[in-house]
Amino acid sequence: MTLLLATLYQILQMLLVLALAPLLTGWVRLVKARLVGRRGPSVVQPYRDLLRLLRKEVVLARNASWLFRAVPYMMFTAIWLAAGLVPVFTTQLALAPTADLIALIALLGSARFFLALAGMDTGTSFGGIGSSREMMIAALAEPAMLMIVFSVAILVRSTSLAEIADFMLSGAVGLRISLALALIALVMVAIAENARIPIDNPATHLELTMVHEAMVLEYSGRHLALVEAASMLKMLLYMALIACVFAPWGMATAGSGVAAALGGVVVFVAKLAVGGTLLALFETSIAKMRVFRVGEFLGGALLLSLLGAIFLYVSRGV
Amino acid sequence: MGLVVSAIAFLFAVAVAGAAARRLPQASTVVYGGTAATCALIALWAALRLAEGGPDATLVLPVGLPWVQAHLRADALSAVFLIVVNLGGITASLFGWGYERAHHESHGGDQDGHKEGPVLPLYPLFLAGMNMVLIAADAFTFLLSWEFMSLASWLLVLSTHREPDTPKAARLYLLMASFGTACLLLAFGVLATAHGDYSFAAIRAHAPDAGAAALVVVLILLGAGSKAGLVPLHVWLPLAHPAAPSHVSALMSGVMTKVAVYAMIRVLFDLLGEPEWWWGGVTMGFGALTAVMGVLYALMQDDVKRLLAYSTVENIGAIAIALGLALVFKAAHTPVIAALALAAALLHVVNHSLFKSLLFFAAGAMLTATGSRDLNRLGGLIHRMPTTAVLALIGAAAISALPPLNGFVGEWLLFQAILNAPALSEWSLKIEIAVVGAALALATALAGACFVRLYGIAFLGRPRSRAAGEAVEVGRAMRLGMAVPAVLCVVLGVLPTPLIRLFEPALRLLVEAGPFDGRSYQPWFWLAPTSAIGNSYNGLIMLVVIALLSVVLVLGIHRKASDRVRWSIPWGCGFDGPDPAAVTQYTASSFGQPIRRAFGSTVFRARDHVDMPAPGDTRPARLSVTWTDPAWVVVVEPLARAVGWLAEKANRLQFLTIRRYLTLMFLALVVLLVMVAVTQR
Repeated sequence: MTLLLATLYQILQMLLVLALAPLLTGWVRLVKARLVGRRGPSVVQPYRDLLRLLRKEVVLARNASWLFRAVPYMMFTAIWLAAGLVPVFTTQLALAPTADLIALIALLGSARFFLALAGMDTGTSFGGIGSSREMMIAALAEPAMLMIVFSVAILVRSTSLAEIADFMLSGAVGLRISLALALIALVMVAIAENARIPIDNPATHLELTMVHEAMVLEYSGRHLALVEAASMLKMLLYMALIACVFAPWGMATAGSGVAAALGGVVVFVAKLAVGGTLLALFETSIAKMRVFRVGEFLGGALLLSLLGAIFLYVSRGV
Repeated sequence: MGLVVSAIAFLFAVAVAGAAARRLPQASTVVYGGTAATCALIALWAALRLAEGGPDATLVLPVGLPWVQAHLRADALSAVFLIVVNLGGITASLFGWGYERAHHESHGGDQDGHKEGPVLPLYPLFLAGMNMVLIAADAFTFLLSWEFMSLASWLLVLSTHREPDTPKAARLYLLMASFGTACLLLAFGVLATAHGDYSFAAIRAHAPDAGAAALVVVLILLGAGSKAGLVPLHVWLPLAHPAAPSHVSALMSGVMTKVAVYAMIRVLFDLLGEPEWWWGGVTMGFGALTAVMGVLYALMQDDVKRLLAYSTVENIGAIAIALGLALVFKAAHTPVIAALALAAALLHVVNHSLFKSLLFFAAGAMLTATGSRDLNRLGGLIHRMPTTAVLALIGAAAISALPPLNGFVGEWLLFQAILNAPALSEWSLKIEIAVVGAALALATALAGACFVRLYGIAFLGRPRSRAAGEAVEVGRAMRLGMAVPAVLCVVLGVLPTPLIRLFEPALRLLVEAGPFDGRSYQPWFWLAPTSAIGNSYNGLIMLVVIALLSVVLVLGIHRKASDRVRWSIPWGCGFDGPDPAAVTQYTASSFGQPIRRAFGSTVFRARDHVDMPAPGDTRPARLSVTWTDPAWVVVVEPLARAVGWLAEKANRLQFLTIRRYLTLMFLALVVLLVMVAVTQR
């Protein structure tokens, strides 16, 4: 019965993240537009964009290989699965024991690995620029992310996300310097990984500054729809991850009933709205940095997270 | 045990047959077929022994020095490494058979006979040497086998002596190999001094005192570490491994480094008895340095095989980190966690032997198809060599630790062990392990970038040379040789637990615990080792869910979306056409530039030089990259200068009169007698 319910919740969560991801992007765009004094498009515009892309034909480069056509599906699946692993409204998820936080990071890593390969497949210079810069960013963001995981896992004594959320919900953790450092580092990593200002600008197509957009420049039609949807899903994933570890309130736990789960959905949507507003505020108040400053930014994130982990290693016996 | 010894003897017979019949067209079939069959036999024997348990197989042969017989013994640890070595031997034989035939056809008859002739008899000898190291149970047999293995591989490197880089690589390899053996010789000398018995059983029974043990640890890290490629003793490895024919490179990089790892484990965990915590700390520190430096070197290489050799250095670093952790936890009397770390080490040994062999085979296939291993002359091979491209993609993804492949499982286990460090009592160790964890994470992420670069430049994009544009897929034997490790990479990633279970006797032998002790429910498709940190991973469910989601996605998209596809010319900044140089494409160096700039500018003093012609000048602009290798500057060159200086001083001894020589000999005799008198008292 528990397993059945957990499976049901799992399926519900997979569908929920899929449905909410474009809405979050639309919300961020809307708030940003209002902040700079524009009216901005409706919040449902991303859905329309995706549908429009799906209906369009695919234009492929003459020398594109099967990998180029397969990658949008592969990366979308990896990110979708990863988004399904982060507890958003309940910690009772069927897949929770299958993959822990380390596996989740590796899943995101696979999505990036294949997208970077796709960027190089057509043999144009833009794809190469995007791929090489993306891998440079990842080379710093991924270890920072793992050190954050170390901090959290040592505090909670588990690398499983469901257990982390349960533990944080129990309130046994209190305020900790390591957690504060981990939160700052996680926000920095999330900004870099989602190609947001000041690392990258999702709205630009200027060749000197593009990272993510350069990599997917050759995509069109349904492939582009998938790539875009995967990026939206990834932004939702990172917000859900931050919420799950640092603000898990309102989430249903084992044995708290279906009503609590439904309440969890409502609270999750509210958290996304707050997170999206904060992101828009941050993005409008800061300028984009040069690509080669990114190393310093992410190196800072790596050092902060390492410092947090060292504090815990020294202060705590398992 | 008799079976293994006869199998090794049979390898010698194959070598003789290969030498005798090397002009005949069937020679390579006989050699590679015989070697593969023998390796399969030994691997099967070892796997059965591990599964069945029972007493260790031992054998004493009345050969060697008159008063020292050759002791042979295969315990659980030997069996694990016998599987690794011979599995590598099987696939390398399969690939090598096709590889040599392909090169025979393309280069034609007699001229090629000179080139590949030496490979045939030496190849089985190399495998025999590695097998002998693993079953040796006394220091004399061990060192003899070790030297045999080194010399066989050295001669195999020399088989390509016509290529310009080979002589230098071979000379450096010979130097480093003798240095390594000298260190091992001293280490065993120290171990056996107290009792004068060189058999492992006697060494094990008499634990050395703290000072002697410390000396042995350092000597082993130097001796076995130089063979395995620990930074800064790695300098020979990226020169020598790529110089050999590709299937031999695969054996050297994928398998021979593992024999060095075996030597480390044998001495540090087995012969030296109870460890002290700093042994692990030192091993781990060098491991972390090796992992990060190895992958940074790899990111700057344009030669496919040299890149792979540097990546081996990185992976050896990861294995050394795991070994160091296991030592630390063993010294802290938490054997279950030590077993977890050691399981990670052994799993990574197997994993690396698989995907590194696979990638070296892929490099060999590229070399066969295009005649080049320079990344900047490859490109677009995914169209010309579809099977190789798929298999190499599996290898690249596995070595980049992507789930659900095997590389990820090893890394996952290692991180679980690192997470247990807060339970240790030494402060310095806790901080070190946190930093080592960060270094390992950094190395893993950089490895991802490194293999995106390798795969993206070699297989994707447009051909960068005429040869790459006209490449044809390699033969069936070579494809099969690549397919076997590729399939194993997937299987072990999805179902790692049975393999770890198979290794459990070895873990119990070395740290007296298994990684699953204390967990009651442990099905074979679930991985959840005992640890203070809750964890679990299931590659099988992950694979099934990924497959399921992909099917849902593909069906969903194709119901809704337009199916139309239009093929068109990609925008190449105005350049297009049949020019194979494809000047607007990213090259290997340009892909590495952001990372080179972020990491290499301090460590390697990497600099980009732009040669921009003046306005109106029509010559092309050039961008060149220079970098210096800190290992050469800091370690090798001072050492070479010191050796040169010493040799010059010693040179004087060659020009003495006979009277002085006699005096010197007399003095030496007196000193030796005094030493004997002092030590025997």
